[in-house]
Amino acid sequence: MPMNSKTETDPRALVQSPQDFASQWSLIWIAFRRHRLAMTGAIIVLMLYVVAAFSEFLAPFNPNATSAADVYHPPQMIRFIDRHDDGGWSVRPHVRSLTAERDKFTLKTTYIVNPDEKIYLQFFGKGDPYRLWGVIPMDRHFLTTADPSERFYMFGADRLGRDMLSRTIYGTRISMSIGLVGVTLSLALGLILGGVSGFYGGRVDMIIQRIVELVISLPTIPIWLGMSAALPQDWSPLTRYFAITVILSLVAWTELARVVRGRFLALRTEDFVTAARLDGCSRKRVIFRHMMPSMVSHIIASVTLAIPVMIIAETSLSFLGLGLTPPIISWGVLLKEAQNVRSIAQAPWLFIPGGAVFLAVLALNFLGDGLRDAADPYAQDTHQ
Amino acid sequence: MLFLYILRRIAWSIPLLFAVSIIAFALISAPPGDYITSFAATLSESGDVVDQARLDAMRERYGLDQPFLVQYWHWISNAVQGDFGISFEWQQPVSTLIWERMSLSVTLALATLMFTWALALPIGIYSAVRKYSIGDYVVTAIGFLGLATPNFLFALVLMYIAVVYFGADVSGLFSDEYQDAPWSWAKLVDLAKHIWIPVIILGTSATASLVRIMRANLLDELHRPYVTTARAKGLSEWRLIMKYPVRIAINPFVSTIGWAFPQLISGAVITAVVLSLPTAGPLMLQALLAQDMYLAGAFILLLCCLSIIGMLVSDILLAVIDPRIRFR
Repeated sequence: MPMNSKTETDPRALVQSPQDFASQWSLIWIAFRRHRLAMTGAIIVLMLYVVAAFSEFLAPFNPNATSAADVYHPPQMIRFIDRHDDGGWSVRPHVRSLTAERDKFTLKTTYIVNPDEKIYLQFFGKGDPYRLWGVIPMDRHFLTTADPSERFYMFGADRLGRDMLSRTIYGTRISMSIGLVGVTLSLALGLILGGVSGFYGGRVDMIIQRIVELVISLPTIPIWLGMSAALPQDWSPLTRYFAITVILSLVAWTELARVVRGRFLALRTEDFVTAARLDGCSRKRVIFRHMMPSMVSHIIASVTLAIPVMIIAETSLSFLGLGLTPPIISWGVLLKEAQNVRSIAQAPWLFIPGGAVFLAVLALNFLGDGLRDAADPYAQDTHQ
Repeated sequence: MLFLYILRRIAWSIPLLFAVSIIAFALISAPPGDYITSFAATLSESGDVVDQARLDAMRERYGLDQPFLVQYWHWISNAVQGDFGISFEWQQPVSTLIWERMSLSVTLALATLMFTWALALPIGIYSAVRKYSIGDYVVTAIGFLGLATPNFLFALVLMYIAVVYFGADVSGLFSDEYQDAPWSWAKLVDLAKHIWIPVIILGTSATASLVRIMRANLLDELHRPYVTTARAKGLSEWRLIMKYPVRIAINPFVSTIGWAFPQLISGAVITAVVLSLPTAGPLMLQALLAQDMYLAGAFILLLCCLSIIGMLVSDILLAVIDPRIRFR
């Protein structure tokens, strides 16, 4: 019966749920979206990178501008409802002005609220001129004082009267980017060495695995300290920044190399890879068309989990004075100010950059965990 | 078989130690100028006359005009015999400076490890067995907080709270009267009174990650058929869990000592600086900043050796617990 060789389509097969033809990436996205913590983490990470990208615009002042009158100025609350003396009110952001008073006996400075004076703030007001990304000349800030000669301190001021809010915002750029740059470097190292190790196997694999073992057995912080102490002191801030990044990634690549190698070895024996090979695909096509897609998601997850490690490492090194040094502003450099108990007992707001580190590391960890779960096709769906 | 495995494992750590010693020496000889240059600078700073002939003589004595490998050989062959050179900042042999501090570092790391295990094992079992209970969520939340806080930040916050709210100083490992006292029972008790703060600070992040590992491993085991079989046969829940799945899940747990120990050693450096503990960390940092390279080198070498020994111990323990490893 040649007429009827075409089998009739079962009508039930036509009723498809979206998952039936979703690509791998949309499957990951569907799984990821359900993971609430990971979504929150993703949003916070995104916001931090926006702050890092537009730090000149978002910071109210020049982070290096000092003010001798405002040493250890406490944080001020921004109020939006402005009450007038005649009993009426309007919406206008402002802070209450604080005046410094020096105790004649102990010479200790205390800040007292000055009830008559308010410092008015303005969105998109004119302030310190700057060049956005070092190119575009601008002088508008997201939120600054209406009168450019006045200053306000949402996060307080440090021992030179520098605005901690502006400094923390500028620190975001360095600290968040050092994680990204460092991870890119270690990813390159990890991909090459892990890939070679997993693909060739045998003696090459043995040698690379021994190197990985050696690097893992090193206590990271003494080695990092030793390497950064060996950097010449007269290097420019930018050179130092890259040197520190390289130092951090020299130790951090091993984890990524292990992930890449492990995935390679696991995938090599998978049925679909064997099928592709038997189908006559070239080696290049097998790797890039068939193996890569199922590795990329895992690699992205490991990379996300490696960034917070880098951020903590940079912060710790700079905190000890062996990482980035003062003309550069990073969270670690800022925390160095909070090194002794006396200064933090006097000015606890110096801890705020630590809060930023905490937030960034937590958000990146949630994001990475969510990505890892979402990327695993065998994971049971346990999240609500 | 076990004996052979241990022997093989020990043999393997010898090239590792060798590689580590080269790294340590490369690190200390990396900065421009050598130890004599810094020594001359210190001398002229303090107003002494710098005698070029004396400097050259010293250079020759320490073999600093020799090529790298010769210098390395000189350094390592003395180091094996316990002579790590001279700290030019302290004007004392390095070996007299380091041992007390190293032993305190090891004590601290071991105490932290025990604290971590004692806490992580029961909590991990609990949060796996009572998955998604309130307790599990609380533990997971605390674990995330512990992972996200850099140790030094945690130390600073604790110190701040202690100073501002309790008026107590939590830094150091000894009270003033025992600072320089010889070792005695009373000094040990004093140490025990002080050591718990750094132990908690150092232990939190390791505990957090160990709890997560234990929980994940145990969750994988709890749904295996053998568990159902045992339950069907009427074994009490407690005995069932402790006897089978926990014994398997604890396996990767033991292997974590391999990375937990180096991490504790290196994490302790920063915490010790913040809390001004008399351990290896602060002196090493000071030596590195002052380019006191023999002192710094001795610390880097010894800390690296400690990590390697930690990994060795964990591998041996693992082989004792799990017979499959011995036959690999």
